[in-house]
Amino acid sequence: MIQIEGVSHTYRTTDGRDIPALEGVSLEVREREFIALLGPSGCGKSTLLYLIGGFLPIASGSVRVHGTPVTGPGPDRGVVFQHFALFPWKTVLGNVLYGLEKLGVPRDVREKRAREFIDMVGLTGFEESYPSHLSGGMKQRAALARTLAIDPKVLLMDEPFGALDAQTRSLMQAELLAIWHRSPKTVIFVTHDVQEAVYLAQRVFVMSARPGKIKAVVETSFERSDPHIFKSKAFVDKVDEIWGLVRDEAMKAQKGRPF
Amino acid sequence: MRLGLVSADVLPSLSAVASAWWNLAIDPDLWRNAAASLYRGGAGLALAIVVGGALGIAMAWWRPVNALASPLVEMLYPMPKSALIPVTVLWLGFGDGSKILLIFLGCMLPVTLGAFNGARSCEQALVWSARSMGASRLNVLWDVVVPSALPELLNGIRTALALSFILLVSSELIVARAGLGYLIGFLGEGGVYDAMFAVVLMVAFLGFFADRVYMLAASRVLRWRD
Ligand SMILES: Nc1ncnc2c1ncn2[C@@H]1O[C@H](COP(=O)(O)OP(=O)(O)O)[C@@H](O)[C@H]1O
Ligand SMILES: [Mg+2]
Repeated sequence: MIQIEGVSHTYRTTDGRDIPALEGVSLEVREREFIALLGPSGCGKSTLLYLIGGFLPIASGSVRVHGTPVTGPGPDRGVVFQHFALFPWKTVLGNVLYGLEKLGVPRDVREKRAREFIDMVGLTGFEESYPSHLSGGMKQRAALARTLAIDPKVLLMDEPFGALDAQTRSLMQAELLAIWHRSPKTVIFVTHDVQEAVYLAQRVFVMSARPGKIKAVVETSFERSDPHIFKSKAFVDKVDEIWGLVRDEAMKAQKGRPF
Repeated sequence: MRLGLVSADVLPSLSAVASAWWNLAIDPDLWRNAAASLYRGGAGLALAIVVGGALGIAMAWWRPVNALASPLVEMLYPMPKSALIPVTVLWLGFGDGSKILLIFLGCMLPVTLGAFNGARSCEQALVWSARSMGASRLNVLWDVVVPSALPELLNGIRTALALSFILLVSSELIVARAGLGYLIGFLGEGGVYDAMFAVVLMVAFLGFFADRVYMLAASRVLRWRD
């Protein structure tokens, strides 16, 4: 369970200006729940995720994961970044092995485990490939395998499919759901794509334009095994409803720009 | 082919140089001098790589180290390194020590700058990834920052390699009792120009060869890039 209470975050630029990115964000994510953080670009979604990840100092408010205040990064919270963040000097296998090595998993066990997860994301045969030789979709699969292999309780995903083409993206969405159904984890999925949020999450947290706040929380539970879900009335209505909420914020975010 | 534009003394024919080289090569003296040079160059360069690389990475990772070292590095970088020759001789005399120190000091800065720029280009997301997989901050330095720095670091080392030849030969020409540079000076003063050219060409070839081998090794180390 993740409890966030009154969290604000302000960036200080190198020339000394303050940029308020988050203001008084409070939210609660239940055990094994899949939630989406949705909002226009620049509203502070990544910032909030980085705070939960323990990458940024928490200056005001509190973030608790399973009751423990977050003080830094840790293997209980796995992260998947938009641009994969694979170690380019390691092969796919080397990347997946890395976390297992750091956690002190015995050599023979970690080899077996790494191959299992590479297999699970469909990268069998590419164990010895370097990331530079993989397509975007394959890189994200490798990154996903690497994170899942250390079996984090919480999965933090920052627009993980944002850099992929539309077909690869929808394939990866379906696979992520399948993986989540097999072994449910608490997932916080950041996206600016309304349809993606409604399709994947059980609840969608809509954020307002900068400084980001939680503007609305929308329940979005569907029978997702239905192959025609995207055309179903319930789904389309939900997307429309949330679109309405996001549109205002996107327009505000646009107005805030100098041109 | 000779056009007769210059006298045979000033620029001896290639065949004269080749046979002069052969005469030198069957004498252990040439190899003794070559070994002396190799030892000095190798030791100086190895020191420059280890110390320079560590300093560059430390400057990128710890602000205080950067604040202390970067003014010094910036000041010394453009200085002609051969100006250090008399200084190192003054400190360590005419033997190996002064050459090794010279090459170490002269070659360190390009390695430091390469390591520094490379380490600073290290992606934040990679550091965070490692941390979230259980790596300590020290782990991150070795597992993420150093490999991220590698491409630029290896470039800096290539510059240092070329510099080491220049510094080695010029310091041996000026103050030494052994080494290929010394041999060039000795043969030149004795008027044995074809043999002198033979050694000059040998040094040039060794430099070229070292660079090629280095580039090959570097591209193997960096084979993950594309
Ligand atoms: N390192 C930083 N320094 C200054 N401003 C930043 C920094 N990182 C993000 N910001 C600003 O904070 C706001 C929120 O950023 P971010 O969390 O990345 O938004 P999102 O992920 O929703 O696009 C943006 O306006 C961005 O410009
Ligand atoms: Mg973002």
